[in-house]
Amino acid sequence: MSYIRKVPNTWWLKRKPYTLFIVREITCVAVAGYCAFLLYLMYALRQGPEAYAAALGLIMSPTSYVLHVVGLLFVLYHTITWFNVTPKVFVFYVGEERVPAVVVAGAHYAGWLGVSALVAWLLLGTGTPG
Amino acid sequence: MAQTIELEIFRYRPEQESEPTLQSYEVPYNEEWVVLDAINYIKDEIDGTLSYRWSCRMGVCGSCGMMVNGVPRLTCAAFLKEYYPRKILVEPLDGFPVERDLVTDMDMFVAKLTSVSPWIIRNEGEEKPLEEGTYLQSPGELAEYKHYSMCINCMLCYAACPVFALDTNFLGPAAIAIGQRYNMDSRDQGRDQRQEVIASHDGIWHCTLVGECSTVCPKDVDPAGAIQRAKLSSTTDYFKDLLMPWGRRT
Ligand code: SF4
Ligand code: FES
Repeated sequence: MSYIRKVPNTWWLKRKPYTLFIVREITCVAVAGYCAFLLYLMYALRQGPEAYAAALGLIMSPTSYVLHVVGLLFVLYHTITWFNVTPKVFVFYVGEERVPAVVVAGAHYAGWLGVSALVAWLLLGTGTPG
Repeated sequence: MAQTIELEIFRYRPEQESEPTLQSYEVPYNEEWVVLDAINYIKDEIDGTLSYRWSCRMGVCGSCGMMVNGVPRLTCAAFLKEYYPRKILVEPLDGFPVERDLVTDMDMFVAKLTSVSPWIIRNEGEEKPLEEGTYLQSPGELAEYKHYSMCINCMLCYAACPVFALDTNFLGPAAIAIGQRYNMDSRDQGRDQRQEVIASHDGIWHCTLVGECSTVCPKDVDPAGAIQRAKLSSTTDYFKDLLMPWGRRT
């Protein structure tokens, strides 16, 4: 009779790569959470100036600052870990040479930087209160 | 006194115990020894009852894979000096049923491998007659799949995969990489046939990209990459079929 070993519920604590993987998976909750929050802001905006002012007041609270910092760290971790695996998915050849992984991941980072710069310019550069 | 190193080894002898145990052995420490040498020493000099698999002792046959301090390794490529003076814990590959001591039951793996039809498939009537010679291939076409063909079926990638450990129905890293090896081969026409297995729920979509399969692979096959590429091409197929149903692939 073969013996089947049970996988303990703590399997993801056994080795660092597994723990980091679980952290990456959990960070998607922060991404989804922030999307829901943005939807809520839009909803408040539609309800009129008062509702929107109340929502903005909520953002300014210390709790919201803490949540934003934690959320930002989670989303950064999420983005970076995913960008780093993009070379596994996108394999391109120029002639017979494979495009190096740094170029593929680098293109994603460049795109990210570009979009961030655009958003920053829209919010800060045009004088719209952010 | 000569230096020694301690090996703690997973023992399971179904005829005498219902639960596995760990047994400690003290073996001479030799800088040039790999873990497999130490295990062979135990077998030859200390305890002939220990069971394990090995053959080539040079990273080719793929039969000596075991968990070494919790990490899947080819024991013929894991040097004692990487661990010395710590003790070394040797266990059978994770995820597989244990037959005896360090010997796992690999039937499951062989079945998965067979299920992806790991051979060149040609469409009916499109086989080249022998007298016409071989199918030619450019170096670029070879490069597309060559690293996948380096797989030695050592199953380390399975032992590293928590998805497989939690649900052994998962087709798993090597089988998918080998399926891709044929899908990417310019001589092959069997992709649609393999898709049934590879693109199924127990196939690529079960993978959550932990990525450890590629880290532990001794042959740089990069099964994680193979799976992600298969996901990408299956998704592309899906959208093509959705947007251009008249242009169905043949
Ligand atoms: S893909 Fe790598 S780790 Fe997996 S069986 Fe093949 S050689 Fe071993
Ligand atoms: S004994 Fe053949 S790979 Fe290790």
